[in-house]
Amino acid sequence: MIAGVSTLIVLALVIVLVPLAPGWEAVRASFFDGEVFVRVFPDLLRAFLLDVAIFAWSVPMIFAMGLAIALARGNTNPALFPLRIFGAVYVDLFRGIPVVLLVYLVGFGIPGLGLSRPWNSPYIWGTVALVLTYSAYVAEVLRSGIESIHASQRNAAICLGLSERDTMRFVILPQAIRRVVPANMNMLVALQKDVALLSFIGPVEILRQAGIFKSLLANFTPYVVAAVIFLCVTVPATRYADYLLNRDRNARS
Amino acid sequence: MKTILTAAVLSTLASGALAAGHCAAGKTLTDGTLTIATGNPAYYPWVLNDAPEAGEGFEAAVAYALAEEMGFAAEDVTWVRTSFDEAIQPGAKNFDLNMQQYSITEDRDKVVDFSSPYYTAPQAVLTTKAIVDGGATATMESLKVLKWGVVASATALPIVMEVIEPDASPLVYDDNANVTAAIQAGQIDAALFDLPTALYLSAVVVEGGAILGQFDPAAAENPDQFGMLMPEGSELKACVDEALAAMTESGKLAEIEAQWLQEATGVPLIR
Amino acid sequence: MQDPRLSLRGVTKSFDDVQVLRGIDLDIAPGEMVCLIGASGSGKSTLLRCMNGLEPVDDGEVWLDGVDIAEPGFDLAPVRQRIGIVFQSFNLFPHMTAYENVALAPRRVLGEDARDRIEALFVRFGLADHINKYPDQLSGGQQQRVAVIRALAMRPQTMLLDEITSALDPELVGEVLDVLRQLRDDGMTMVLATHEMAFAREVADRVVFMDQGVVAEEGAPDAIFSAPERERTRKFLASVLR
Repeated sequence: MIAGVSTLIVLALVIVLVPLAPGWEAVRASFFDGEVFVRVFPDLLRAFLLDVAIFAWSVPMIFAMGLAIALARGNTNPALFPLRIFGAVYVDLFRGIPVVLLVYLVGFGIPGLGLSRPWNSPYIWGTVALVLTYSAYVAEVLRSGIESIHASQRNAAICLGLSERDTMRFVILPQAIRRVVPANMNMLVALQKDVALLSFIGPVEILRQAGIFKSLLANFTPYVVAAVIFLCVTVPATRYADYLLNRDRNARS
Repeated sequence: MKTILTAAVLSTLASGALAAGHCAAGKTLTDGTLTIATGNPAYYPWVLNDAPEAGEGFEAAVAYALAEEMGFAAEDVTWVRTSFDEAIQPGAKNFDLNMQQYSITEDRDKVVDFSSPYYTAPQAVLTTKAIVDGGATATMESLKVLKWGVVASATALPIVMEVIEPDASPLVYDDNANVTAAIQAGQIDAALFDLPTALYLSAVVVEGGAILGQFDPAAAENPDQFGMLMPEGSELKACVDEALAAMTESGKLAEIEAQWLQEATGVPLIR
Repeated sequence: MQDPRLSLRGVTKSFDDVQVLRGIDLDIAPGEMVCLIGASGSGKSTLLRCMNGLEPVDDGEVWLDGVDIAEPGFDLAPVRQRIGIVFQSFNLFPHMTAYENVALAPRRVLGEDARDRIEALFVRFGLADHINKYPDQLSGGQQQRVAVIRALAMRPQTMLLDEITSALDPELVGEVLDVLRQLRDDGMTMVLATHEMAFAREVADRVVFMDQGVVAEEGAPDAIFSAPERERTRKFLASVLR
């Protein structure tokens, strides 16, 4: 009740006071132009579908790769030591390079080696760049999740005669993955924004489309529209994840 | 815009009593001589063989035609060399005019004077020899089936979208370097630049680069325009603009452009 | 005495610089119930973990049905099916129901859908109502009983029980001990590390007192509890039976 009232008061103050600022008219004209909004909205929404598509096909690959790297890093078999080194190098390398650099290097560099269409597509190699970076992060998150599972869980499984593989698959991983859902949700929100970096190597997604409109119309409203479209997706997504987490927690207590 | 208007007004006034040769009298560095600066070195196709005295190449040819229009004989033209950046700086100059593809911009206009434009850069199609060998020609039908790339903020995008209307949606980039990278990666077949940029990129940057054709300059909304650079407050400016207006009127300028920028470079107009 | 099921000879084990087992000799006969008693840190838990190969021994032999499982490189997976073990705590997999906890190993290791057999075990140990609950919906005593059921579902010949009541509230200890009485009546071979002296005295066939990594004294429960021969056994019993 008190929270509701105070929220209303703050909101009312913002609505009343902000337009009183001396620069408001100019800001409104270049950032909140209604006509521009209506004109660019459909095209930006269409461009956003490309962001969604890139996101959708990247996520499964990111988690598959991240899991593979986490397992490679976590294995204790002496014969597979090279795999462990590979995992460590992979994580250090791709976490250390800014995404945008990787998008350029992979997006232009690998096709430049002489691949022919459609195998040189910026969509393919831009996606590869995203997968490399984000799988390195996901691998570390998963590994921390795996390490957070008490050793006695593994002992209990091994003592039942389960193989190392089954122990990981049925006992450790399901618990580890559940434990790192919040960290991975943050990762996905970050990914959704970084998808826009693919525009640097050509694809016209929402941010690029907004930039084009900005140049054409000399108005920043397209960026505001893009931000609104982004929020319409990311806010419900994060809220839904919170809800799932809470439900999960409540069901267990 | 203002300079163009001024030029138009002046040219109307000029078409009468004032003889061109008298206009420049006493206004040049050395009386009776027109001192023109070019780059060091000066490049094809603006000046051929780095020898502006020969009058070959677009800017060299324009220089001699302008001198003639202003009443100077060819032997009264003296050439000097300046670096590109040095000439844009404020301060005393050792030339009457400087021609090395200076785009007229507001910022530059504050420290130096520009003549009215002697050249409007058309948009040109940069591609590779492989695409040309593959059968691409300077026709709209041929351009439509190419995979296009274009710089986001440039004037080129509306031409691609509304004039060419390619079958596949174009890829869009932040700057020229990214476009050429995409061409070399084989991700796009062609890109649109103003002709001077396209000539430079195809000759120097893109391996196996080629220029397929150029558009009519009128097709662009805000085309790049080249002006002759003069010291700030130059008394000669009115004379130069007057002469350029006369050359435009008579078709001399267009003739020189056709000879040196279309025939000599072999970049055909796109139909 | 018939051939022992489990036979330890000169088993030693160190963690870093601390020698936890200093040469253990011990035989467990089939069907025998042996209680390990001794202070915390006397090596009871480590000894149990060496019996099924969970901890590799530094030196010595561990014979199971005539095979030395302490040989380096020995495949322990089949051994672990024959020896069930239940720990003090953290036994159950929290993301699975009680039933799923029990059914996992039979399904993956034995390739058997043991639903009927598992349900019967739940009924027998009074947990039929809790079969589909998650571990955190069960009391500590119920969780330990599920852990016993889970070990039994693999049809072990021997059960190792490592202080399985020590983490429980006192009122829950009884229900778990009842399960062990039933197992003894079934003739299960059991080795039980415990602090429940009264229970050990009641059910054990033999009591083994461990002290500082060695078997300090062993014998029938009455003998150990009523007339211990060694001074340190007496001291230990005096401290826990106050």
